[in-house]
Amino acid sequence: MNTVETLGEILRRRGVSRRGFMKYCATTASLMALPPAMAETIAARLEKASRPSVIWLSFQECTGCTESMTRSHTPTLEGLILETVSLDYHHTLQAASGEGAEQAREQAMTANAGKYLLVVDGSIPMGDPGYSTIAGMSNVDMLLDAAKNAAAVIAVGSCAAFGGIPKAAPNPTGAVAVSSLVKDKPVINVPGCPPIPVVITGVLAHFLTFGGLPELDHLGRPRVFYGESIHDRCYRRPFYDRGLFAETFDDEGARKGWCLFKLGCKGPVTYNACATTKWNQGTSFPIQSGHGCIGCSEPDFWDLGGFYQALSMPTQKLGKVAGAAIAGGTIAGIAMAAHNRSMKASAKQSHERVSTDELEKGE
Amino acid sequence: MNATAMDLLIWARGTGFSLALAIALFGLTLRVFEILSLGRKHDFAPAREDSPGSGLRTVFSRSLPLPGMAQKSPITYFGGYVFHVGLLLVIVFFVPHIEAIRAVIGLSWPGLPTAVIDMVSVATLLALVAVLFDRRRNKVKRMLSGFGDYFAWGITFLPMVTGYLAFHHLVLDYTLMLAIHILSVELLLIALPFTKLTHVVTLFLARWYNGDWFGRRGIAS
Ligand code: SF4
Repeated sequence: MNTVETLGEILRRRGVSRRGFMKYCATTASLMALPPAMAETIAARLEKASRPSVIWLSFQECTGCTESMTRSHTPTLEGLILETVSLDYHHTLQAASGEGAEQAREQAMTANAGKYLLVVDGSIPMGDPGYSTIAGMSNVDMLLDAAKNAAAVIAVGSCAAFGGIPKAAPNPTGAVAVSSLVKDKPVINVPGCPPIPVVITGVLAHFLTFGGLPELDHLGRPRVFYGESIHDRCYRRPFYDRGLFAETFDDEGARKGWCLFKLGCKGPVTYNACATTKWNQGTSFPIQSGHGCIGCSEPDFWDLGGFYQALSMPTQKLGKVAGAAIAGGTIAGIAMAAHNRSMKASAKQSHERVSTDELEKGE
Repeated sequence: MNATAMDLLIWARGTGFSLALAIALFGLTLRVFEILSLGRKHDFAPAREDSPGSGLRTVFSRSLPLPGMAQKSPITYFGGYVFHVGLLLVIVFFVPHIEAIRAVIGLSWPGLPTAVIDMVSVATLLALVAVLFDRRRNKVKRMLSGFGDYFAWGITFLPMVTGYLAFHHLVLDYTLMLAIHILSVELLLIALPFTKLTHVVTLFLARWYNGDWFGRRGIAS
């Protein structure tokens, strides 16, 4: 492939209009909370950027992240940009397989040592390397091998970023996140199950435009996309504040679009751009279509209690615990009562009578 | 990716809550049993007058200040009223709390708008600070106060303040603050049977007993 061709040239060759390209840059600029004027800069830089080498590894994952990027009805610009930049090696998208595919990966790694971006989706099983292998190579070995000469690692999706579904209790494969294995390279987490496509390309665009990584939050997520909670950006928030809640999925409250907190919405603890960017080219997002947020861009969201259990509810069954505690308390109480009574009785028994005569004697 | 705020929240809502509830229920049952089983000496004197309902009446009448007392210690009385009523409203009428209670006992009721809860919270926090200030400033109260009093104040104040900060996304990230808030409530639950905060339960027993006893003796209560 011609590595000298610029991104702009590739996009034009693929029939992307200047207008469409500028629109994408404007969206990206606003998504990254940059002033609108920056759209020009982004466009200019992206235009000139030479196609970076991207190696995409998939471990314990469901391919949902790749689906999210590539299966939109009309080929989106995000999809094209991703395709344009990511074809050195991608298990699912590449035509080659077996030896040939692995050779392509190694070639790209040697040719672009120190410069390529490593994108990972899926978690890594540490319980037994045999749980997930590619061409006989365990996931952990492949990850460490590929990360060695990468410029940066982007963990796409909640599995790569935080362990995701495979790590859900009781974590049968001993799944871990990319960041717990790769320590000497910058790791950017782009969680979501799946992540919003434009957020994935936004991170790539940032890398291409500014040549560096965006500012990250304490969970390694780009602050520009994950800076605000769904709850703070939710259009149903006024109902939350007024105390108006849907109690079931088809009651009056649900029809009137009231807050979904009681139906288990995890929006208050979920940081993502869904409420502002939305999905399917800005069409809608889960809460808008009547379902609470499941918190998919947060660590361990599978273990956050039921999807339909309100965030403030305790997650364990309490009946038995409460019964046992009261029974225990009763037994301990009876024991304590017996002890107190025997103390009282023995005190009474050892009580010696003293007559006034004895007292007067002074003894 | 070790202990994240989310891990803490998951623990607080799961194991932490179960543990705290178990300790609270165990302790409260034990305490009530202990108090009741102590018994009282048999009263051989005939009742002065038959005054049915004096026990129940006293449960409520003791919530009112004796004549003149409110003027004498306004901060104790008004501060006390504000924070007690405030705590009750916030605990029982904030919708997320109602949902938590529903998960435990299966009952629920309508909540108050968050703007109202917000105002009540501020009043409660201010009242709590005022009574603490008064406790430190007043010589007699200061002398009477021991570790238990400040500890009880602290573990009551903590859930209030962390709840308020979490709601307004102040100081810490919401998820972490929410986890801390729930943990502070759990601390309160655990301490409930073993500190003077047991009065949330024993208050009714004690007042009833006193009222009834005074009634038998023909004393105004
Ligand atoms: S629907 Fe969810 S995110 Fe929206 S206001 Fe209600 S709780 Fe918050």
